[in-house]
Amino acid sequence: MKSIIFKSIIGGSMLALFLLSACKPKGMQTAVQGDAALKAYVAPGQYDEFYNFVSGGFSGQMSVYGLPSGRLFRVIPVFSVDPEKGWGYSEETKPMLNTSHGFVPWDDLHHPALSTTDGIHDGKWAFGNANNTPRIARIDLTTFRTNEIIEIPNSGGNHSSPFITENTEYVVAGTRFSVPMDGKTDVPIESYKENFKGTVSFISVNKDNGRMNIAFQILLPGVNFDLARAGKAKSHGWFFFSCYNSEQANTLLEVNASQKDKDFVMAVNWKKAEEYIAAGKGVKKAVRYAHNVFDESTHTATSEIKTEVLVLDPKDLPGMVYFMPCPKSPHGCDTDPTGEYIVGSGKLAAVIPVFSFTKILAAIDQKNFETEYEGIPVLNYDAVLHGEVTKPGLGPLHTEFDDNGYAYTSFFVSSEIVKWKISDLTVVDRVPTYYSIGHLCVPGGPTKKPWGKYVIAYNKITKDRYLPTGPELAQSAQLYSIEGDKMKLLLDFPTIGEPHYAEAIPAELIKPKSVKIFKLEDNKHPYAALGEKQARVERKGNEVHVYMSSIRSHFVPDNIEGIRMGDQVYFHVTNLEQDWDVPHGFAIKGASNSELLIMPGETQTLLWKPDRIGVFPMYCTDFCSALHQEMQGYIRVSPAASNQPLTFSTGGKKDKPAQ
Amino acid sequence: MPFFILMAVLSSLFIGCSGGVKKEIPPVDISKLSENQPEVHGTLVEDKDIVLNNPLNQDWVSSGKNIYELKCLACHRLNEERLVGPGWAGVTKTRKPAWIINMITNVDVMLETDEEAQKLLEQCLVRMPNQNISAEESRHILEFMFHNDGQK
Repeated sequence: MKSIIFKSIIGGSMLALFLLSACKPKGMQTAVQGDAALKAYVAPGQYDEFYNFVSGGFSGQMSVYGLPSGRLFRVIPVFSVDPEKGWGYSEETKPMLNTSHGFVPWDDLHHPALSTTDGIHDGKWAFGNANNTPRIARIDLTTFRTNEIIEIPNSGGNHSSPFITENTEYVVAGTRFSVPMDGKTDVPIESYKENFKGTVSFISVNKDNGRMNIAFQILLPGVNFDLARAGKAKSHGWFFFSCYNSEQANTLLEVNASQKDKDFVMAVNWKKAEEYIAAGKGVKKAVRYAHNVFDESTHTATSEIKTEVLVLDPKDLPGMVYFMPCPKSPHGCDTDPTGEYIVGSGKLAAVIPVFSFTKILAAIDQKNFETEYEGIPVLNYDAVLHGEVTKPGLGPLHTEFDDNGYAYTSFFVSSEIVKWKISDLTVVDRVPTYYSIGHLCVPGGPTKKPWGKYVIAYNKITKDRYLPTGPELAQSAQLYSIEGDKMKLLLDFPTIGEPHYAEAIPAELIKPKSVKIFKLEDNKHPYAALGEKQARVERKGNEVHVYMSSIRSHFVPDNIEGIRMGDQVYFHVTNLEQDWDVPHGFAIKGASNSELLIMPGETQTLLWKPDRIGVFPMYCTDFCSALHQEMQGYIRVSPAASNQPLTFSTGGKKDKPAQ
Repeated sequence: MPFFILMAVLSSLFIGCSGGVKKEIPPVDISKLSENQPEVHGTLVEDKDIVLNNPLNQDWVSSGKNIYELKCLACHRLNEERLVGPGWAGVTKTRKPAWIINMITNVDVMLETDEEAQKLLEQCLVRMPNQNISAEESRHILEFMFHNDGQK
């Protein structure tokens, strides 16, 4: 295997191979050896060691797997509507998907990032990016629900996000597409070099409640920002972004953005940016973006359109932004656990460049600049380089780190993970993946304290790997042990959407904080029915509000008459259970949106607009008890001019709730 | 052959020293799962643990009624009729106070071990949910039950 790979490196033209297709590894079918099954096996009744938060790519969601079992625990709806949970369909969650473009029911979630304190995972929040309509989401890890989504203005394609600083001071969002801005928006695309600009945004995170706010944006030349990593330890206060298309092409980028031997890794001194802001150097620009927040006491989201953002221009603010040349079309940009080394990955390059933070500071100090790029100093490549990993493989993309001074880089074209030593840049091991690996993950890999133990490959193609399922096959991840000196394949497991990036965190950091129920006493939803006694139906003009309660095994009320054509009926359903894992569902025949899935102690609202006269069944969708099938009722809809009075009951008049 | 021996020694050394780091991941403790959770489980009580009031504590009656309306009324009526669970009329005459408190705060244990509780499950076919009622709240509910049964 090794010799085949080396021969192709020597024999093949890099670019030609990249454009052809990725190599399908040979011999993977028999790659599992010895006690692999035992190491990935989690017996019934036992728990996994790690939670793995995996992006759902074009599904727009985030999924949660256990490691080492690869069992899927949950799909968390983030940027895409999810009828299973009513996400984006219930009145309470619709505001979460609001943007300056209106309601956007889908996105492309690429990178999860877990919050850290002092550079170590703290288990509070997961962040995710919307690549298409630029947004950042925050998921609360006590509820595994998306609690906040903020749109990013002056941005197009929010790819290099949501990477975070050591104490989750900031989440960043770098634009993939540069765009025309400042009101000069209707311009010829050909005028790219003149009119298109890039931005990176720094979003502050409140350390107590996680609340996000766009603190500032940095205005940058019209390049494409790809990925990023915060500095840590000694490089805390800095942020590193990879960028490609320094050619500033706007068409046929696979050729036109591969002209130069080197693009850039951008280094941002964000503490310096804070100083400039404190000195009043930022400029407020008029923009429009949505900021959506879910309140766990009212069980309701609100959406606010904001109209201003603070912009810093590095041309006028020296010492804040530097470029470092990086071969060639850099993709990954990863900081090692010590914060000293920044690993670039030229996806079309034959080497992995590793930069030294100490040398970066020295080069800045000595003004050792090669040139300037649109007013921003470009540091001398040789002056900032720790060294290059030579002949590592084909198409390096991403690097993660273990706790023993080793780095693991994924190679898209040669379909392998390569382990190398950071100190002397020697390659020590390689394993094939199945195949066309993109990102990879080591538990704690992006933090100051990697847990090591496993590396997981997230692959683009699984041809011939699983039972066929039509033209599209399962998306896939692969788990390898990194405990010994040789990486060992333990397990394949299918994933949803495109498993783009992922992070893994010890179960113990999340499990004890998990919320089991929402306390009824704390439910501040304005339409909650706190106890069956409060269940009722009220008419306000053509709006009918049903304050409905659900518990094993009935709704109150379960018979409603007097709804008229033209009415808008709001079913506010409160789940009165206070028992873990007993949600109730709510569905009505012909409803044009979705069902509801209401957690214990929660209230959710379904808006129903009857489209015809008749009697409509409703029922609970989540099997709740032996009498679940009996948890049902009827709603009668009469003509618009009907005199049918509004009535409601459960068990008939004589069985009205006790007084 | 010597090469393989060397490799074996080296890899065991490697695993040996990295083992120290791995141990920082605490083992998953299943029994800790319920710690720091809002779910409330009382301890089983006996009749001697309960002091009855005569006359009834009216504050407790009123507090018990509020809890009843929020968390119990959905399944239990105050008359003799069984809805999801049995009606409460006469319950203080047929059940001992400790039995009632234990059903409220330790329903899972009762359904496992108590014959009378099991008979009720056979009739009702729905396991009574744990509604997160504290020991103190359950005492207030008991007071309300006495009140419902006509005690002053």
